[in-house]
Amino acid sequence: MKINVEKNAAAFIHMDDVHQPTHDKNLWNARMKRDRMAASIPEWEQMRDLASQIKEHALTHLDQYVKQFVTAATKRGTVVHFAKTAEDHNRIIYEILKSHNATKIVKSKSMLQEECEMAPYLESRGIELIETDLGERIQQLSGEMPSHIVMPAIHKTTDDVAELFARTIGTDPNNKDPQELTEAMRNNARPKFLEAHAGLTGANFAVAETGAFVVCTNEGNADLTAAIPPLHIASIGIEKILPKTEDLGLFIRLLSRSALGTPATQYTSHFMGPREKGAELHIVLTDNGRSERLGKAEFWYSLKCIRCGACMNTCPVYRRSSGIAYGATYSGPIGIIIDPTFDDKKYSELPFHSSLCGSCTEVCPVHINIAEQITLWRQHMVRIKESKPCLHYAFNVAGKLFGSPKWFRRAEKLGYYGLKLAPDWLVYNKTLNAWGKNRQMPAIQKETFRDWYIKNRVK
Amino acid sequence: MSDLHQLLGNIRKHLPKEKIAYPQVPTFTKIKDKAVLKQQFIDALALVGGVCHDLSDIAECQQIMRDKLGGAAVICSATAEWEGNKTIADVAHPRDLDDVDLGIIRAEFGVAEMGMVWLTENSLKINSLGFLSQHLAVLLDPDTITENMHTAYRQIDFNASEYGCFVMGPSATADIGATLVRGAQGPRSLTLFFLKTPVPDQ
Ligand code: SF4
Repeated sequence: MKINVEKNAAAFIHMDDVHQPTHDKNLWNARMKRDRMAASIPEWEQMRDLASQIKEHALTHLDQYVKQFVTAATKRGTVVHFAKTAEDHNRIIYEILKSHNATKIVKSKSMLQEECEMAPYLESRGIELIETDLGERIQQLSGEMPSHIVMPAIHKTTDDVAELFARTIGTDPNNKDPQELTEAMRNNARPKFLEAHAGLTGANFAVAETGAFVVCTNEGNADLTAAIPPLHIASIGIEKILPKTEDLGLFIRLLSRSALGTPATQYTSHFMGPREKGAELHIVLTDNGRSERLGKAEFWYSLKCIRCGACMNTCPVYRRSSGIAYGATYSGPIGIIIDPTFDDKKYSELPFHSSLCGSCTEVCPVHINIAEQITLWRQHMVRIKESKPCLHYAFNVAGKLFGSPKWFRRAEKLGYYGLKLAPDWLVYNKTLNAWGKNRQMPAIQKETFRDWYIKNRVK
Repeated sequence: MSDLHQLLGNIRKHLPKEKIAYPQVPTFTKIKDKAVLKQQFIDALALVGGVCHDLSDIAECQQIMRDKLGGAAVICSATAEWEGNKTIADVAHPRDLDDVDLGIIRAEFGVAEMGMVWLTENSLKINSLGFLSQHLAVLLDPDTITENMHTAYRQIDFNASEYGCFVMGPSATADIGATLVRGAQGPRSLTLFFLKTPVPDQ
């Protein structure tokens, strides 16, 4: 089923007067905090350049680093498994759990496990699975995907959470205090950590040199997940591997500053081997389309992503739509350039859900050319005829216009009179212009830029 | 191992032709003075909700924690110099630390840039102490403060432990209504005491 992102976004915008403005404000705050952090570090831009280069180096030598990582991790007593597909990933984890009679598990946030749709797979096989990150737990209880890769429940208001917790964990429905709601979940989750047979985590980074992997959280839930049960399983995408330990210095400095505008996450946890005698550490090193993406000359750069979410926080379209609208594991600008690699029919409309303002490219800590890739995906969709017919037609016309200066100038003037004379009922017509429906058209300037430029350049 | 070969084969088949070189990464160090580093550590920790005290002996630290947490019934220490009332050596399972009100740990070193401390199973004894304890008191020798993450990673020996964590203040979340709450799943507070590492008895 094709995701109708336009319709989903409209549903969020028209929900009420609270959700969309609050969502917009909270994310923009994160963006502003990110800017203050960036400005306070003189070497910020140099760090971005270096981080980008290290990622590109690691990805263009990935075979070497995967091999080195596996050798180093195995030497430390970690058991490394290999998953080619999401299905392999889920099956391997299930088999490890089964062989340990582990039926109750706690997990910390892992976008890879989301991508593989692991939770429903395990739950349908009798595994009781608890998300321990507060935002993920909120999403688990509401039966929704995370709407943001760092702030999974950012589209929900405190009132929504109060209502949800009252319904699911028995809090007082009138209690709408974030502090007390967090406390209620802390008390609800604590026994689950203590009873768990196994703990599952993801990884933000893995280091070839040592076989270690790194998990960043603010709650300390990954550490609880790993420190109590005797079995720890980590899902790691092959693109997470960095060559050396010292590379982490750059990435840890960039990650949370870009994500939330905080200096770092409260916990930066490193796992080198099994915790103690009798405890086990397993890694499920997963490909799931990554090696193939590496072979796509235009699109492999998306593998550099460190999942900070900065491109989402800054995106005017994302802030207005919410992540749920994208109907995919990854939403926002990064989602637009990753999701179609999994399914270019289902996600064919995502590349058109962007204003191409380029703000994502501006903030990306590893210099992914996100906006450019969105354009390339649009071209791809037009090529495979997966864009809406009207857009397909419009892009053909646009191609001709932009290709001919003369026609462009004529069209520009025509556009002025067209929009000026067209009544609102036509411009905002639901059928003819769905794009105009939830947007205000900017006021049209009488003078075209070209006219203005010719008049002013001599001055 | 055949699965590994298959994975490597797939990667090799798709590797970009152009190879990007590994860059030299500087440490971006600027500060020489230890007092400046210490002050930077204090400011950074304050930003993320931790409190520092500069004291000369352990009795003063204990008094501060008594004043702060009068009701702390179970105190468990992983340090040589601070004695609690729950002996960590007698704890059979990591989950048995669930009743700890105050956990005490000596950090291995600190990072000025972030107000972070480095803990491993060598300093935690049982890793869950750092996360199940309701509150933490952390001892840190101010001479061990390093400038930033670059210098920090260059000094860690990853063979010396199976687990290591940079802890930056108490546990936190802003997942409900984007409101910052301290004490999400882990410790609700972190109090840091600057205290030199004791010289072992002769
Ligand atoms: S694409 Fe860049 S900005 Fe967006 S999540 Fe990935 S690393 Fe962050």
